[in-house]
Amino acid sequence: MPTDSQSPRFDIDLVKHIAFLVRLGISEEEAQVFGQQFETIIEYFNLLNEADLAGIDPAGQARHACNILREDEVQPSLSRDAFLANVPEHDGVYVKVPVVTGVE
Amino acid sequence: MELCDLTIHEAHDLLRARQISSTELTRSVLERIHHLDPQLRAYITLAEEQALEQAAQADVRVQTGRDITPLTGIPFSAKDSIITQGMRTTCGSRILENYIPPYQATAIQRLIAAGAVLVGKNNMDEFGMGSSCENSAFFPTRNPWDIERVPGGSSGGSATAVATSMALFALGGDTGGSIRMPASFCGIVGLKPTYGRVSRYGLVALASSFDTIGPMARDVQDTALVLSVIAGVDPRDSTTLQAPVPAYANKLKEDVRGLRLGIPKEYFVEGMESGVASAIQDAIRVYQSLGVEIREVSLPNARFGLPVYYLILFAEASANLARFDGVRFGRSDRTETGDLVDQYLRTRQNGFGAEVKRRIMLGAFTLSEGYYDAYYLKAQKGRALIRRDFEMAFTQVDALITPVCPTTAFKLGEKVDDPLAMYLSDVYVVSVNPAGVPALALPCGFANGLPVGMQLIGNFLGEDLLFQLGYAYQQNMQWHRQRPGLL
Repeated sequence: MPTDSQSPRFDIDLVKHIAFLVRLGISEEEAQVFGQQFETIIEYFNLLNEADLAGIDPAGQARHACNILREDEVQPSLSRDAFLANVPEHDGVYVKVPVVTGVE
Repeated sequence: MELCDLTIHEAHDLLRARQISSTELTRSVLERIHHLDPQLRAYITLAEEQALEQAAQADVRVQTGRDITPLTGIPFSAKDSIITQGMRTTCGSRILENYIPPYQATAIQRLIAAGAVLVGKNNMDEFGMGSSCENSAFFPTRNPWDIERVPGGSSGGSATAVATSMALFALGGDTGGSIRMPASFCGIVGLKPTYGRVSRYGLVALASSFDTIGPMARDVQDTALVLSVIAGVDPRDSTTLQAPVPAYANKLKEDVRGLRLGIPKEYFVEGMESGVASAIQDAIRVYQSLGVEIREVSLPNARFGLPVYYLILFAEASANLARFDGVRFGRSDRTETGDLVDQYLRTRQNGFGAEVKRRIMLGAFTLSEGYYDAYYLKAQKGRALIRRDFEMAFTQVDALITPVCPTTAFKLGEKVDDPLAMYLSDVYVVSVNPAGVPALALPCGFANGLPVGMQLIGNFLGEDLLFQLGYAYQQNMQWHRQRPGLL
């Protein structure tokens, strides 16, 4: 587990692991360059450790947001044809994707 | 001077008096684009035929004398992260290179309903990630004041277009300075509105809790005219604010005497170019001479603004950009033998540029187990501190004055390989977005022949006051009338 004062070392394996988490293909060379850049960036951002955050609640929004609901009435939405016009591959009204469960 | 060199309000007067037509005005803008854009490259997509059709409709509207708005017949452009129905919207990315949206952004829809003429879509850093426009997947845009320099980013194409009258105004997007910074580098006016003042419906999301759409124009009056049209509640964006929209342009001329302008002392310490510092000091003296009270104020957590902003941005961007999966729209790289995960990996590897990859990876990292508390949660707490700093400052003053950027426009290639150096150029603009408050960038001088911009930061929904302060300045100083030498 990392501690506040310790920056992680972004070795190639960690960078490739993160790339897979965001489903991003990555080459060895890219992983190496990114790793060095990430260390520089995160090291600078450790500046935040100097902030006095005791007793501060985290803020997810600029202002307090509240739920806005509309009447539950049926309204027109995008037509099927308009949606399918941008689909990379479709079979009739079905969106086609490569096999999901693994290739035999 | 050509017709396209008019401001919105000048062109409106001539259109209304029928001394010019929107068709003539639009043709003049298109001619300027043909003349300059091969060199400056502000546009990714041009829609000449559609623009001339809209101009012809505007001319009919003027002739019948019904429903003429201040924007009827006025040609404009939009940053390419703002969705335009039937018109390619790329976000400056290969992953959306051929995307034709089936719906319209609310801000665009309102402008078109007001009779404005959409000329095309402007270049930008990919998904808004950058401060120089060099992260466009297609080509960099050039600064019209010196074509070896960047126009700023990420709305760099829009700033160059407005500065050279390749559009009378533009819509930009500001997540952490992306309207203000290029406005400053190109010598024009840009407004980052209060979060929720303008609907984000149809703005491709970068960091949803920071994102705003705002106007970029040649003077404060034009900027106010555009905001009045695009602002307001939108049922399609539940974060839009219920507050009524004033006719901003009608309140411009109110006296600024007695208003209190704060100088945040933490912003005037180190790293600022001397030409920038002296231009800001001159602007402060102008306000003093107008009877504005100048006070020093403190934003004690200002130095945490950059890490707070970027850590939250990485996390939100990482989640938002998960939608680009090659399944429903956009680029899709699939092979005969590969499975779905293989398609995700290939599509995103080939479709995203280096800066986008860096940011979504850092976002996933800061949200991952073991690091969430150390980075993301801490940044959310830091955001509360920054918000509190602004709240405290606005109990003492009505607005703050700062530079937009510590330097003038830098050279192409100067920072592109050093991501941290690029982030540091945003130091004065990024804190505004976590706080959700509005900020106006406007020209306040030159250093070494390049424009310097000042930033006026207002309280929540304080756009009217920012416009008054900006207008009063522009009545006394003429920096905004300077035009690049290549015109």
